[in-house]
Amino acid sequence: MPVLLRRRTVLGFAVAAVLLALAAPGALRADDEFIIVQSTTSTQNSGLFEHILPIFTKKTGVEVRVVAVGTGQALKNAENGDGDVVLVHSKPDEEKFVADGWGVKRHDVMYNDFIIVGPAADPAKITGLKDAAEGLKKIAAAEAPFASRADDSGTNKAELKIWQDAGIDPKPSSGKWYLETGSGMGATLNTAVGKGAYALTDRGTWLSFANKDDFKVLVEGDPKLFNQYGVILVNPAKHAKVKAKEGQAFIDWLIGPEGQAAIAGYKINGEPLFFPNARPQS
Amino acid sequence: MLDPTVPPGGLKAALDGVRPLLPLELRRLTYAASGKRVIDRLDLTVEERGITAIMGPNGAGKSVLLRLMHGLIAPTSGEILWAGKRMDRELARRQAMVFQKPVLLRRSAAGNIWHALGLRGIDRGERAIRVDGALKLAGLERLASMPARVLSGGEQQRLCLARALSLEPDVLFLDEPTASLDPASTLAIEGLLIAAQHRGIKVVVVTHDVGQARRLAQDVVFLHHGRVTEHEEAKSFFASPHSEPARAFLAGGLVL
Amino acid sequence: MTGFIDAFHTALRLIATLDPQLIEIVLLSLQVSLLAVVAASLIGFALGGALAVYRFPGRGMVTAVLSALMGLPPVVAGLIVYLLLSNAGPLGVLQLLYTPTAMIVAQVILVTPIIAALTRQACEDLLEEYDEQLRSLGASSSAIIGTLLWDGRYRLITAVLAGFGRAIAEVGAVMIVGGNIDHVTRTMTTAIALETSKGNIALALALGIVLLVIAFAVNAALMGVRRFAVRLAYA
Repeated sequence: MPVLLRRRTVLGFAVAAVLLALAAPGALRADDEFIIVQSTTSTQNSGLFEHILPIFTKKTGVEVRVVAVGTGQALKNAENGDGDVVLVHSKPDEEKFVADGWGVKRHDVMYNDFIIVGPAADPAKITGLKDAAEGLKKIAAAEAPFASRADDSGTNKAELKIWQDAGIDPKPSSGKWYLETGSGMGATLNTAVGKGAYALTDRGTWLSFANKDDFKVLVEGDPKLFNQYGVILVNPAKHAKVKAKEGQAFIDWLIGPEGQAAIAGYKINGEPLFFPNARPQS
Repeated sequence: MLDPTVPPGGLKAALDGVRPLLPLELRRLTYAASGKRVIDRLDLTVEERGITAIMGPNGAGKSVLLRLMHGLIAPTSGEILWAGKRMDRELARRQAMVFQKPVLLRRSAAGNIWHALGLRGIDRGERAIRVDGALKLAGLERLASMPARVLSGGEQQRLCLARALSLEPDVLFLDEPTASLDPASTLAIEGLLIAAQHRGIKVVVVTHDVGQARRLAQDVVFLHHGRVTEHEEAKSFFASPHSEPARAFLAGGLVL
Repeated sequence: MTGFIDAFHTALRLIATLDPQLIEIVLLSLQVSLLAVVAASLIGFALGGALAVYRFPGRGMVTAVLSALMGLPPVVAGLIVYLLLSNAGPLGVLQLLYTPTAMIVAQVILVTPIIAALTRQACEDLLEEYDEQLRSLGASSSAIIGTLLWDGRYRLITAVLAGFGRAIAEVGAVMIVGGNIDHVTRTMTTAIALETSKGNIALALALGIVLLVIAFAVNAALMGVRRFAVRLAYA
């Protein structure tokens, strides 16, 4: 029988493939020290984590693994105990999270702001407005396309609040000019750019977004567009597996001088994306 | 050529000192499928002594009868007794069968024999000896490492027979082994069967080839509509068959 | 359009220079899917062979369910594994969520039905030819399964390649149970999804090209195996 077909050769190949798969470095290494942080896609898309996390790991040797989903899902995952720390941007939900006993304590970490972006042509004529609600009113009146994340995220909740302030319910127009993508910030921006639609986005994601086409920042500076991020340790009393010690170490670092400096140091084209605003610990 | 000195129950068995298998007795054997009685209250005794040929028109139930004897299918009713004992694993291991169409695995010729011996639990050293012996017996040594399925029809069937013989069976069943083979291959196969019989193996062969039966058989079983119409010495069977269907068959007519 | 052409050039450069980030992601994908396929093959071969050889009540139903599971949507497999492995779920103690192991488990669930169903079919086809002869030779049921599996090895290789193709290309399962964590559970497919959402087309394109090459290679191997087998009358 030719060499290629001998039973031993075939089995030999199979074993070699398996060993190769196991031996290659990375993925299947034994359990190093790590924590899981449930955070949001907009924070991840901004690139902040790639900048600040290595600094923390270098100092403490603890790896930080970020699972990026919408704010609502991040908090729900934490309730299930599938994370050690939560870092999201929806203060009312965060406070409820702690009040319900799922989190230990909420700390301010940083803020940025939301902006409304849109095509250079600006059919709804909202450029330069200082009132976000006013901008949305004009978009609705013009029935100009608007892409919403519609994914229970912090950004989405902020957007819905502004619609509420404007006294408009966009949901009935879903599928017509109000496009609910159910996706993260980046995917929604892709849709917006693709369809020439307006969108509400956080500045961080927008600055690092690489597919802007001719889109511009049209509305900014409204205090209602203020976007506060908070960090919470998942309550180890509810889930014994929570790595409370390492998680708290991360939070302490994040709201301490080093973490805050790292956040401030993250810039794109000289512009910072996030502004640290943790209050000094008493 | 009947040899009255051969003890009943199997020459080979006697030589090996193990319990004899034969005679094989079939009593009121019935096999029904889809409501039809393929074998119908059949009675038959097969002795040691010579090659037994089973003949009959198509549809008479010859292949089914062979499979019942070998234990591949179970009868609907009736008994199959080997020297008075029912078929069991030990008895089954002392038999082998060759089918009309050669059935060979996707391995080399030698590999096929090797595999069959492995199934019987023969240890490796003995296996190597038997594989060599079987290939030599069938004249297939130079084809030992060829993929079995690229061999010619005649070579494949010789290989199947060699494989069966390597198991050193006491009884060898064959179902129309040379039906689709050329004369040279047929001759080779028949030579192997005669040699096997001389070594003490009981051979039961289903054949529709009258010439082959004349050449090989010591006794002939004639089957018609699932029953044995005749069972006697080959010489007298071919000289003057008793039953009407057998007579018509030998005369070359269609037997309904 | 020019943006895309630039991205394409960058993508080719990333591949040509063996960009470390690219390599890390590709290697992880291969590890996860290869291990999943190995495990799925061991289970699938045994299951498929047993289904072909053993007769038992309910056999038809198991066969039908297995065939249906071939079309299990990856996201659904991911969802099921997620619910099991979450800390709020029954197997939370294993702490497997968001690890490559969880991804392997999810892909094993996806791939095993494919391999098992194709194995069963191959064994049944072979059994038609071999059943009587093997029983005549006195083979036990387990010996028959072993014989059929080796005899059908070329069809089984085809099944394994098909299973691998499914595993390496899916994104739903690994995304949900792996969490797309940088350096830990980010595979080619989840990375493409992420980088595209960041508008980072160059890296997404590079990964996409590599994934396509792998998919084509698997397909070519599949055809090569078939032709090879036929040529040797081993088909």
